[in-house]
Amino acid sequence: MRSNPADYELLAPANLQSILSILADEPGSWRPIAGGTDLMVQYAAGNLAARKLVSIWGLRELRHIDVLPDEVRIGAGSTYTDLRANAIIESEFPLLSTAASWTGGIANQNRGTIGGNIVNASPAADSLPALLVYEAELILVSVRGERRVPYVSFHTGYRQTRLAPDELVLAVCMPRRYSEYQAYARKVGPRNAQAISKVCMAALSRLAGGVVDDIRIAMGSVAPIPLRLKETESTIRGHRVDPALVSMAQQRAAAEIQPIDDIRSTARYRRAVAGNLVAEFLNRLGSGSAR
Amino acid sequence: MRNGNIVGRSVPRKEGHDKVTGRALYVDDWTLPNMLYGATVRSTIPRGKIKNITFGCGIDWQQFVIVSAQDIPGKNCVALIGEDQPCLADGVVNHPEEPILLLAHRDRHLLPKAVAAISIEYEPLPAIFSIEESERLSEIIWGEENIFKTCLIEKGDVHRVWEMADHIIEGEYRTGAQEQLYIENNGMIAEFDPRYGITVWGSLQCPYYVHKSLMKLFNLPEDRVRVVQMETGGAFGGKEDYPSMIAGHAALLAIKSGRPVKIIYDRMEDMTATTKRHPSRTRHRTAITHDGQILGGEIQFTIDGGAYQTLSPVVLSRGAIHAGGPYYWPAVRIQAKAVATNVPPHGAFRGFGAPQSIFAMERHMDEIARVLQISPIEIRRRNLLKPGQTTTTGQIVSEETNLDKLLNRALELADYDSQKARFESENARNSKKKGIGIAAFLHGAGFTGSGERYLSSVVGVEVLSDGRLRVLVSSTEFGQGTNTVLCQIVAETLGLAFDDVLIAQPDTNQVPNSGPTVASRTAMVIGRLVQSAAIGIRGTLTSGGFLKEHYSREEFLAACRAYVEKHGPFRSLARYEQPADVVWDEEKYSGAAYAAFAWAVYIAEVTVDLTTYSVSVDDFVALQEIGKVLHPVLATGQITGGVAQGIGFALFEKVVWDQGRMQNGQMTNYIIPTSADLPPIRVYFEEWGNAHGAFGAKGIGELPMDGPAPAVVNAITDAVGVALNSIPATPEDIFDALSLNNQAGVISSTTVNRD
Amino acid sequence: MSTTTHQPQKSEISFTVNGQRATVHAHPMERLLDVLRQQVNLTGVKEGCGEGECGSCSVLMNGVLVNSCLVPILQANGADIVTIEGLASQDRLHVLQQAFLDCGGAQCGICTPGMILAALHLLSKNPQPSREEMGEALSGNLCRCTGYTQIVESVAEAARRSTGR
Repeated sequence: MRSNPADYELLAPANLQSILSILADEPGSWRPIAGGTDLMVQYAAGNLAARKLVSIWGLRELRHIDVLPDEVRIGAGSTYTDLRANAIIESEFPLLSTAASWTGGIANQNRGTIGGNIVNASPAADSLPALLVYEAELILVSVRGERRVPYVSFHTGYRQTRLAPDELVLAVCMPRRYSEYQAYARKVGPRNAQAISKVCMAALSRLAGGVVDDIRIAMGSVAPIPLRLKETESTIRGHRVDPALVSMAQQRAAAEIQPIDDIRSTARYRRAVAGNLVAEFLNRLGSGSAR
Repeated sequence: MRNGNIVGRSVPRKEGHDKVTGRALYVDDWTLPNMLYGATVRSTIPRGKIKNITFGCGIDWQQFVIVSAQDIPGKNCVALIGEDQPCLADGVVNHPEEPILLLAHRDRHLLPKAVAAISIEYEPLPAIFSIEESERLSEIIWGEENIFKTCLIEKGDVHRVWEMADHIIEGEYRTGAQEQLYIENNGMIAEFDPRYGITVWGSLQCPYYVHKSLMKLFNLPEDRVRVVQMETGGAFGGKEDYPSMIAGHAALLAIKSGRPVKIIYDRMEDMTATTKRHPSRTRHRTAITHDGQILGGEIQFTIDGGAYQTLSPVVLSRGAIHAGGPYYWPAVRIQAKAVATNVPPHGAFRGFGAPQSIFAMERHMDEIARVLQISPIEIRRRNLLKPGQTTTTGQIVSEETNLDKLLNRALELADYDSQKARFESENARNSKKKGIGIAAFLHGAGFTGSGERYLSSVVGVEVLSDGRLRVLVSSTEFGQGTNTVLCQIVAETLGLAFDDVLIAQPDTNQVPNSGPTVASRTAMVIGRLVQSAAIGIRGTLTSGGFLKEHYSREEFLAACRAYVEKHGPFRSLARYEQPADVVWDEEKYSGAAYAAFAWAVYIAEVTVDLTTYSVSVDDFVALQEIGKVLHPVLATGQITGGVAQGIGFALFEKVVWDQGRMQNGQMTNYIIPTSADLPPIRVYFEEWGNAHGAFGAKGIGELPMDGPAPAVVNAITDAVGVALNSIPATPEDIFDALSLNNQAGVISSTTVNRD
Repeated sequence: MSTTTHQPQKSEISFTVNGQRATVHAHPMERLLDVLRQQVNLTGVKEGCGEGECGSCSVLMNGVLVNSCLVPILQANGADIVTIEGLASQDRLHVLQQAFLDCGGAQCGICTPGMILAALHLLSKNPQPSREEMGEALSGNLCRCTGYTQIVESVAEAARRSTGR
């Protein structure tokens, strides 16, 4: 344990308004901490630069899952366990509940939050590709009020987001219009559990008359930010799934991503596997066996 | 007086109750009054001279105890086989993370910042990081040629075999460093009392190794150093020699401060600074007949020892002796060497050289099979040792050894033939390729050659006033079952109940030196000695008239009580004697290398997913002959644990190096299998007895580490048809091997290191 | 960076642990792990990695399995904590503890407290888990000694004994 607790302040105000006031009073000085599954690891390693923290763990205003007629609104303080336990998320947003089951072991799923995952902004985070393909919107909140931001524009660079220094993510909203889509999710990591992904994919597709009517593909760990593979999607959209299309899409995907060599894997492996995952997805579509 | 229901039965683990209730005391669970915490300042470069040390601002250095090499009263070394490893660097560093200074403070939270505030200016020297760089000799970093030790095993006339061969098959096989990753990090508490000397308590395997090294470091006689083992949370060899280093550090701080000092490593420090398995390179050149008979060959076995000698000579020795596997070599030359590089010294890890050389041998057998188009089963069957034949060191294989039978049983348990046929037909229409692989191997129990004689271990059994007995050994428990097995042996031998026998906490003030807890020697060698000592107790009681020749348990306990009442407490000691039929020539490196070999055949089934190039191990059959199963649950546990580590060695556990420093020193990035990554491991035993072990037992602690890696990699090769000769075989490596094979175009990539 | 003269103070934090009320004075960012080990003397909670990977520090917090090395003590204010020390009653071991003893689930013992709590958490939600479900539920608790085979057997045996089957 390489940090000195005496060097750190942590407040736990009872409600959201108090927290927003603190953030507004000294923008950028206070770092929100939810379940701690990212920040406490940095802290133990002696790498937590922020000295003043404010706890948003367990706040009622943040920890809820609301099912509205047209959208599901997930409070940013919802844990992965909360997500997995919710029947609507499981049936209508299976990519998200699957990603939640991948994120660490049970103990970390009980404490990690979707908001924390989003704000921590690691390109390797398992849930983020799912949010991209579901075209999520974030509700950001501060003393100045709420604003909605399309999730796809939230990340601006490696671990950089559009979150203002006095803002929190309040909720993640996803439209309820994917019942006719087939879903595919796959995480490739160094082992079957408790693994940081080397490549992670979430995809949705809808067929109409044998033709791919709509397709969304997103990947993690292949770029500085979670990535929608727009070029690959446009290669596929409007076509029938046949071996030639699969091959073309596979190569397009491998070329579209920007993977690196790092401590966990190599760029050439990531490219090959990313292409293979796209091919696997399309082959399942073609054979009608995707979920 | 055998009652036959303790040995061979799964009696309760002696210290099990404390372990499942959280009462077991590991070193970090304990504090002494006025205790300080210690931390280590380490080298950030791989090699160089220390020019300057600056204690930075912002820290009140007066509050800290600071120790350097100048504070060492005795010899500045961690005494082991040699004395070349400094306890604290003195002007020169030879590997990243080498300890230079020690700090202590009452508040453990103040230490990391203090360590960071010390800046050390170096004059770097060129450093070397691989076996090849070491061999190049462009930098000499140790001795005259960067060589810690060489070893030569010669049998028969190797020169002749090449002209008789139908095939000459060569191969090069490599294994990487592997981190022991005991879940409890290294730690020690030290105290100095002018009346008694130094006492250390800690997580360790070998109390007397620590004892010897402290005597040297502090120039103290043996009765002024006391070492006590606390409950130890896993070791696997990683706490064989390293504890001597930490004990020395804690004791130095304790003496300087006049207070007890505790040093506990955190995970990153433990991973990056302490020992790992020696990386290896093995080159085979084998002369074979057309029907797969080994005529002879040459094996060059080279291991990377890191910056100091530590245990490399013995790792080398065991690796060299096991390099020929369980096969008959009419002629062989095994040239082995351990070389120096500028990385933290490598050390003991379960198997101790054998997993490395056996990986090579078993991969090579499959390669031979492939070239000759003979099955991997047949190539082994035709070469497995038979009774009366000799090993590579000329040791005669004993009468009861039936490796053909062992092989057949393994094949049956794994349903090998039908699985292989099924996989072959299914693979054609599947992107997930299944394969089945085999490894046949052996592991010698006890110290190599003259080692046991040199150790001259002594054990004791003492009689307590309530009539119960207590075993006195320096052999430690760290999960493998030492406490339980040794008590079983005494109880069974004397006809007592299991609960009538206790075992003392290993404390050099209380127990004799029964040698280190390593080399798969405890159940076999120490068990046998403890049995002798127990029989000695009985002898004393009967010859003193306290006990009849035929007695009941109650009578025995009563006799003990009576004896103690009359004569006072007594203990029976037994000292190791080399069996007359175990003869080893240290000069020629030939003869009986071990008192007993355990034998094994492992079979692994894998699926290689060609979408992700990941490997899953779907089934694992571990069949071994171990003399006698003393405790079914413990013996099974040793095998399943060793197999899991072997699978990790094969597939997951990669040390990422940069300039001699481990880059992935966190559990997030150094990958061991979780419960979701392993199949149920199927364990089976054969028992052919052993004249040199209590109740016929052979050592088994390390055996299960030798076979899994080659079995798994042979299975991968079977599944996807490309040879993998280096481990760990990660998905990236499998992808690269397949790409090379298919000559598939590799899409160009950018490589930007963001981390 | 401006230096702040404000020194963070310790505060009084109360929680229930193994059925008993505990009150500590601690900096809010002290780890629950360290507070349990050092202030409440519950050394059965172990530190294996400090990064939430090994699960040796697992405890139940409000009925839910968490890694105590990742919980700032302030967030445990008012919580109900269960550690390994809270499982056995008087002299009688919990069915899981007994099963771990009988089936070889504990070797060196360092992962055992966390592993038993993870198993307890699993069985409380799923009294008859399949082998695969056990593998998943325990995948956040690393063991280096057993290869998990006998741990899974221990949990399966405990499940059998719990339902009297």
